[in-house]
Amino acid sequence: MKFDDEPVPGYSLPILPGHTSPGRFERVLRAGKFAITSEIDPPDSADPAEVLKRAAVFDGYVDAINATDGSGANCHMSSVGVCSLLTRVGYSTILQISCRDRNRIAIQGEILGAAAMGACNLLCLTGDGVQAGDHPQAKPVFDLDSMSLLETARTMRDESRFQSGRKLTSPPKLFLGGAANPFVPPRDWRPHRTAKKAAAGAQFIQTQYCFDVPLLREYMAKVNDLGLLEGPNRIFILPGIGPLASARGAKWIRENVPGVHIPDAVIKRLEGAENQKEEGKRLCMDLLQEIREIPGVSGAHIMAYRQEHAVAEIIEKTGVLEGRVPWYPGRDNPEDLNPESPDALSSTPETV
Amino acid sequence: MYKVRRWVVRHSRFFEAVYRTFEPVIIKLHPVWKRIGYGRVEAPVRFVEKNVKGFLFDCQMCGKCALSSTGMSCPMNCPKNLRNGPCGGVRANGHCEVEPEMRCVWVDAWEGSQQMKGSDKIHAVQLPVDNRIKGSSSWLREVRQVVETHDPDSPAN
Repeated sequence: MKFDDEPVPGYSLPILPGHTSPGRFERVLRAGKFAITSEIDPPDSADPAEVLKRAAVFDGYVDAINATDGSGANCHMSSVGVCSLLTRVGYSTILQISCRDRNRIAIQGEILGAAAMGACNLLCLTGDGVQAGDHPQAKPVFDLDSMSLLETARTMRDESRFQSGRKLTSPPKLFLGGAANPFVPPRDWRPHRTAKKAAAGAQFIQTQYCFDVPLLREYMAKVNDLGLLEGPNRIFILPGIGPLASARGAKWIRENVPGVHIPDAVIKRLEGAENQKEEGKRLCMDLLQEIREIPGVSGAHIMAYRQEHAVAEIIEKTGVLEGRVPWYPGRDNPEDLNPESPDALSSTPETV
Repeated sequence: MYKVRRWVVRHSRFFEAVYRTFEPVIIKLHPVWKRIGYGRVEAPVRFVEKNVKGFLFDCQMCGKCALSSTGMSCPMNCPKNLRNGPCGGVRANGHCEVEPEMRCVWVDAWEGSQQMKGSDKIHAVQLPVDNRIKGSSSWLREVRQVVETHDPDSPAN
């Protein structure tokens, strides 16, 4: 570890014309590269090493890491905490904020805090209902919804003021995103809802797990017809994918996780396989290949819950990065490696 | 009542027409409201509004009525109080993630809105509710707003 003459980890890049954030993720997308994002399941722990360990798995394979905010309404380390730890070593993060647990006062404060800690991307979510998680007795807040959260964040960034009108001395330079689920009813409204999100400030969209490519294709075509994929205010769409562990697991997800649509054909394919886990990964790779070919798709969001190690293999084997190695701490200078990376173990830290 | 509000959404075009007739009437009555005093008329109007809209729409008296933009399906009946469309948790049968017995308020809203003349209004971004006006009459607020925009020199108060 060095304290002198060292670029501050998590330093911001200059904001290029047409960009709104100092982050790498926006640059990759605007440069027209196929971007890969993945997500960290935040630990049930106060140990920073656990966060870094979980991030190191993605070194060299992803352009940004989503830090989930109480996903599935389960209690975990906060997304701002996770982002802060990750930006300190230089990772590009996507801060997730859900409207379930905080009112507009807390959320706006959180946005400023996270931006100050180097978070450049914000994914605005409604959040699962509290009934889905481990604290069903909690009070659901939902003071804002994903749309008004986007609008609020955009106002903070572009007009440099809180929702109340009070001025900010320095606005948060964020690349704003929203979620979409093209696979559940009312399906004919979903593209319009994405358009509404774009109008509210969304610049990128990450979708729910896609296991039904024809539905995604239909959605993408309509989004394109609405003119959302062109011009300076265009949006970038990253469909969500992930490896299923088994046919039984897939059935469980279909019945118990709200909003995940898994067609029968997918379950049959897994059931027919000798090694279901391997087949799940192969299915995910096939989906990634198919999705990449859909016009207008800008990247993919890989959610590999409890199979985070599979992300590297999926990307490697499909070759979607076309030889590109996304930046990670230590890519250009091994001394900067994430201290929890397996490769970092050999080097002994210098004393200060 | 759930059944009534579902019936209303199925007849959203009719209720839109009713509201279009009703709105100018209460706006025309502005001199009357002003004479009695908006403060004094608030309680009785609120009582009527709460009961009529409560019966028809399961209105929660959020104070900022959006029914004409939401296919006559009250968004405050969504367990997440969403005001801009459905979340991603809608079940395959169109029912709510949180309350499996209830049809998604926004699936209804979409169908209702498509029958209405103002079917485009559902695409406009709705601002979050102002919690200070919860429980107050949105009719009277609407009247005051319309009067003030048309004649900014004579505040309705």
